[in-house]
Amino acid sequence: MLYREAGDFKTSYVADSQTFPIKFDRIRYYLVLAIAFGVVPFLINDYWANAVFVPFLIYAIAAIGLNILTGYCGQVSLGTGGFMAVGAYACYKLMTAMPDVPFVIHVVLAGFVTAGVGVLFGLPSLRIKGFYLAVATLAAQFFLVWLFNKVPWFYNYSASGQITAPERTMFGIAVTGAGTPAWAKYLFCLIILFALAWLARNLTRGSVGRRWMAIRDMDIAAEIIGVNPLTAKLSAFAVSSFYIGIAGALFFSVYLGAVEVGEAFGIQKSFLVLFMIIIGGLGSIFGSFAGAAFLVLLPVLLKNILVGQFGWATDLAAHIELMIVGGLIIVFLIVEPHGLNQLWRVAKEKLRLWPFPH
Amino acid sequence: MKKALAALATATMLMTSVPASADLIVPNLSYRTGPYAPGGIPYADGFNDYFTLLNQRDGGIGGEKVVIRECETAYNTEKGVECYEATKGGGALVYNPLSTGITYQLIPKMAADGIPLYTPGYGRTSAANGKVFEWVFNYPSNYWDAASVAIRYLLTENKGDLKGKKIALVYHNSAYGKEPIRTLTELSKKHGFTLTQVPVDHPGQEQKSQWLQIRREKPDYVIMWGWGVMNAVAIQEAANINFPMKNFIGVWWSGSENDVLPAGMGADGYKSLAMHGTGMEYPVYKDIKKYVLDAGKASGAGDQVGSVLYSRGMYAALVISEAIRKAQAIAGKASITAADLRNGFEQLEITEARMAELGLPKFGQPFKATCADHGGPGAALIQQWDAKAKKWNLVTDFIAPDDDVLTPLIMEDSAAYAKENNIAERCK
Repeated sequence: MLYREAGDFKTSYVADSQTFPIKFDRIRYYLVLAIAFGVVPFLINDYWANAVFVPFLIYAIAAIGLNILTGYCGQVSLGTGGFMAVGAYACYKLMTAMPDVPFVIHVVLAGFVTAGVGVLFGLPSLRIKGFYLAVATLAAQFFLVWLFNKVPWFYNYSASGQITAPERTMFGIAVTGAGTPAWAKYLFCLIILFALAWLARNLTRGSVGRRWMAIRDMDIAAEIIGVNPLTAKLSAFAVSSFYIGIAGALFFSVYLGAVEVGEAFGIQKSFLVLFMIIIGGLGSIFGSFAGAAFLVLLPVLLKNILVGQFGWATDLAAHIELMIVGGLIIVFLIVEPHGLNQLWRVAKEKLRLWPFPH
Repeated sequence: MKKALAALATATMLMTSVPASADLIVPNLSYRTGPYAPGGIPYADGFNDYFTLLNQRDGGIGGEKVVIRECETAYNTEKGVECYEATKGGGALVYNPLSTGITYQLIPKMAADGIPLYTPGYGRTSAANGKVFEWVFNYPSNYWDAASVAIRYLLTENKGDLKGKKIALVYHNSAYGKEPIRTLTELSKKHGFTLTQVPVDHPGQEQKSQWLQIRREKPDYVIMWGWGVMNAVAIQEAANINFPMKNFIGVWWSGSENDVLPAGMGADGYKSLAMHGTGMEYPVYKDIKKYVLDAGKASGAGDQVGSVLYSRGMYAALVISEAIRKAQAIAGKASITAADLRNGFEQLEITEARMAELGLPKFGQPFKATCADHGGPGAALIQQWDAKAKKWNLVTDFIAPDDDVLTPLIMEDSAAYAKENNIAERCK
């Protein structure tokens, strides 16, 4: 079968600890990369970019970020929307204050600003955990949204309180603003996602990630074996917020172009990203992708089937769509409480033994 | 999983995106779900029904059928963008998303794609300056007009003097609700009243603390910038604290039946602005009944006919259809493009005689667009709710806004937009 281990020998520690130890997986991974970088940009149009790919890529970044905090370090957070707003507003302020600096630097700086804010709101995690921490981060969510609505400095005193991304270019090609070609939007987000996912994968399997997971599994035991809970938890908050801040910056500047904080970064955004990682699988990078794909693409797909194919009334389709997505989430979690990632892993295990399961 | 989903999505979407040829395609980014559905449903019904009427009665506009492509946004900007991208191919002529947030999203996109955006009574106010906003039209009235008309009305109530009066603005804490603040601040300087700002967060079901604040501060008047479920809650809360309803004025988006009916007799005397008349007395409704309702072609449940927001959706459809007619006349052909339609919008003139001909005499104000003026005259009426008769009554004639205050504000805001986006002024 495709997944076979016979003949797939490892002769070094490096080979043994690689991300994709099975040859077929490795080939599949390079194939996906080749298609994502080499084929999709040539075929993509505005609809595909703005309705399907760009939101998927951005939500995948946010999901990886939250997964680092919640999935790997065990700190429940409901503040994702608020942290995305920090990223978006930081990016906006930087873009308008320093128009000559390359845009990608603004995005990264926005990530660092969010990391700082995230550490600040992560401080309570040293004393409280679980549901109590969820409520503390919920406070961050509401406070940040309120702050960006209340203080006109954040939105440059515009009459409507909206922030609008001015046009910025990379190598002479617009990446923000209305004149951005679809492929530029897509590639910009894809490159950032690729770099961040690669970084996350390597962080989580290195010593930093082991510390996070030790804290997640049992914080007292981790402390006894020498993990400093302060640095472990705060570094998880910092890295997670960095990712979420970048997702927020891209969400505002590349994807939507203009946002209103209450509408774009409200509590429902926090829940959406949390659902993504729960459905995708806590503590897995692939799970973040799968969860983001599930919650971004499925509603669009259902809408196109119900309204486009069956010609149903739009309101009926919208309600049915909610029910189907909700129902599928329940089914998935009953069938596999550890998410799509676990489902995928089990499928792979079975395929490796096929046709002789034990 | 991801790839399988994507592949499936590809297959489905490729199948759905086959454009219909030669028809006049008008997308309708409506919302019939979510907390703003009470406003979205009647508006979308009125919008669709008017085009159905034209198709059934006149065989379309200039011999071309109008095809409505409805797409559900739930008043959500992400879904709005998705809907825009899904419908813009295949010859979409004009967009009317009925959401200030989505309008802000679409303004730069549609200028880049060359499709007109029609936002009657909502959206970005400074789009009234056609020199900067080539593709956006918001006649006959906009938010700043509304704020000014409300204050002008209060001036007439107070013998031209508002000095020392306290006015509270209860507003939806979003781009939409913040629109009037700048105008009202200017007007408070000019007329010497104090303005208290009372924001209400989305969706607006929770307003107890705001109305406690109003009860404590006892403003002389309350002006409301609400939408959806927020309106009904505010009117109920105002009734609960016994705020005198005759001193409570909503913008035109806070003045439909859905907003006042839940408060019962408590809403009696509540006022709101109106940019057009309402009710079933207009001759056009005979045709709508005959060609749309009785023919079983009504949009939605068909139970909204004659309500305030139904009339507004119908009015928006009427203006669009007139612009299409104008564009057909200019282009000399029936199947126009979006760029032709923009010319139609820009040279559109709707006179009282034309409104009467269309079966809506004395319904809306006559207006005439020019290259520089995409905003129209901006006058509005005041209507008052009669809870016994369950009916809105017009209590004033059209009141003109205070252009001395508004014009500089519009110029300032649109100039800022032009500078941010490197737009050169048109209409030399």
